[in-house]
Amino acid sequence: MTEKLVEIEDLKVYFPITKGILFDRVIGHVMAVDGVSLSIGQGETYGLVGESGCGKSTLGRALLQLNPPTAGKVRLGGIELTTLPREQLRAQRKRMQMIFQDPMSSLDPRQNIESILSEGLVAHGIGANREERRALISRTLDAVGLPRWALSRYPHEFSGGQRQRIGIARALVLSPELIVADEPVSALDVSIQAQVINLLDELQTSLGLTYLVIAHDLAVVRHISDTVGVMYLGALVEEASSNDLYRRPLHPYTKALMSAVPVPDPLIEERRERILLKGDLPSPANPPSGCRFRTRCPWARERCAAERPELRLIEGHKVACHFAEELAGIAVPEGELVSRSD
Amino acid sequence: MALLNVEDLTVVFGGKDRADVRAVDGVSFEVRAGEVIGLVGESGCGKSVTSLALMGLLPPKGNKVTGKAIFDDGVNLLSTDQRTLRDMRGREIAMIFQDPLSSLNPVVPIGVQVTEVLARHRGMTGERARKEAEALLDRVGIPDPRRRLKEYPHQLSGGMRQRALIAMAVACRPRLLIADEPTTALDVTIQAQILELLKELVHQDGTAMIMITHDLGVVAGLCDWINVLYAGRVVETASRHSLFAQPTHPYTHGLLASIPRLDSVRGDRLNPIPGSVRDLLPWVEGCAFAPRCERVLESCVEGPPALVGGAHAYRCVNPFGADS
Repeated sequence: MTEKLVEIEDLKVYFPITKGILFDRVIGHVMAVDGVSLSIGQGETYGLVGESGCGKSTLGRALLQLNPPTAGKVRLGGIELTTLPREQLRAQRKRMQMIFQDPMSSLDPRQNIESILSEGLVAHGIGANREERRALISRTLDAVGLPRWALSRYPHEFSGGQRQRIGIARALVLSPELIVADEPVSALDVSIQAQVINLLDELQTSLGLTYLVIAHDLAVVRHISDTVGVMYLGALVEEASSNDLYRRPLHPYTKALMSAVPVPDPLIEERRERILLKGDLPSPANPPSGCRFRTRCPWARERCAAERPELRLIEGHKVACHFAEELAGIAVPEGELVSRSD
Repeated sequence: MALLNVEDLTVVFGGKDRADVRAVDGVSFEVRAGEVIGLVGESGCGKSVTSLALMGLLPPKGNKVTGKAIFDDGVNLLSTDQRTLRDMRGREIAMIFQDPLSSLNPVVPIGVQVTEVLARHRGMTGERARKEAEALLDRVGIPDPRRRLKEYPHQLSGGMRQRALIAMAVACRPRLLIADEPTTALDVTIQAQILELLKELVHQDGTAMIMITHDLGVVAGLCDWINVLYAGRVVETASRHSLFAQPTHPYTHGLLASIPRLDSVRGDRLNPIPGSVRDLLPWVEGCAFAPRCERVLESCVEGPPALVGGAHAYRCVNPFGADS
């Protein structure tokens, strides 16, 4: 068993909904994350998938203490972050870094690359002078496959893929242990996505990094994650090792999600059956009673409205569904996961 | 007989003090009734400009459109006057855009926006138009259409907005539907719903469709015929089965190899295409893909490669399958 670097326990993040002109009254809460527990082993990749509004990004931000959690515990290497005084939390921040989705809006257009990459170093007092910092930055640029002349250039002079490498370099330059990557490739063209995914893989192997990868693209997440968690409306509905989850999804939502992903192979596309979900995601301010997925679940029954299912261990998966055992027999149609023969 | 016959479509952007950019460079394809044609490529390959040129929606200044696009053996969409085009848009040819929020008017209720098309092209007004709009929203799967007609775009979810947009597009039963990345802004479960809806509409009405997308997965499930674009030119064109069974152009091959798939195994390395779309050669000097190509030969940069190979055609002098 590898040592756990990240432990999240019953984490809740609620955003207040206010009304009023002079005095804001709180009239409700958006339960963005509503009781999530998970842990990530040292050197592992945890993939968090779900549709927009399911709370996956908020969870990532709460882990980094960018959004203060409403309740719950977050431990990084055994240190409890939620109750840590400000100054001590600041010192912890260099151990955990973030890679953002849009490499254009997350880089200041008026700073050159050297200035962008040295900000973190200066803030944390790493490197005695400019020369030392520059040496460190140059080594990081090598690691992410950018030329050294990039130092004096500005973000707009780079292509999308290169900008994302700059974003990765900014996270790496502080030698963090944990990197939270929020949709790291979804703004990139497909041919460039693969370059960035491979880079993240290589960096993990050479530096022993731990990743939390947040994405909506199931194929990307499957490719880079050891463990995958599926979120729906603020809670985890299923968690399993990447191979198990994709081979045999147990939760109805996971099944539907998998069956909705288009596969670039007409033979598979023709044979597979889709589980088409009805309607849209309900509002996280007013989630359905009991199981949150029941309003869209094709197998929903009375018990689903009355009782909220807990995560249970079934066949090595953690699943939050009352009828997971029963539905396990109903596999996603044949042909779903046959690999191509080439 | 083809419903739309596009021949040698070229769009050049240029200005007084700027160098000319050939965004679309001699693209030809045919669309038949009831058929779905895919235009696939990455950003900057010219797929959206192609659709805008066909609809006559490019800005009036700063570009030059040449070639032919014959609709229904009559009108050339590229040279006809604005009045004829205005009359055809919405009635004969309709378009669905990527981002439903920015293509709907935020201060006008959905109902008014749908009935506008009906009034313009089918002369419907008042109660009759409202009834028809209700039926249209119902057809594209919007629950409680009567209430939705009174709502504004911001009150609808992303999937619902895209459905409303599709309702407007099919309001006059157009014979050709151009869909420009219609599901890119949507979640996968909603994407599946919308693709299913489009399939149904094409099947029921016998509408022809041009599907513009970067997602090879979407294409694999939907299109009958696929054109792969790179730097403004078609580099490979084939039937769906033929293209995925035997990707012949190194670019198509590279794209398929670089996509992480649901059925791949953790630890498999992806084979990305090196470089980026910016590293290209002008087509007049040789193959635009040559700087990124792993199969590049000297003859690749000795002039533009021609489209060869019959039904499954490709623009390459050293294609996959050539060495065996």
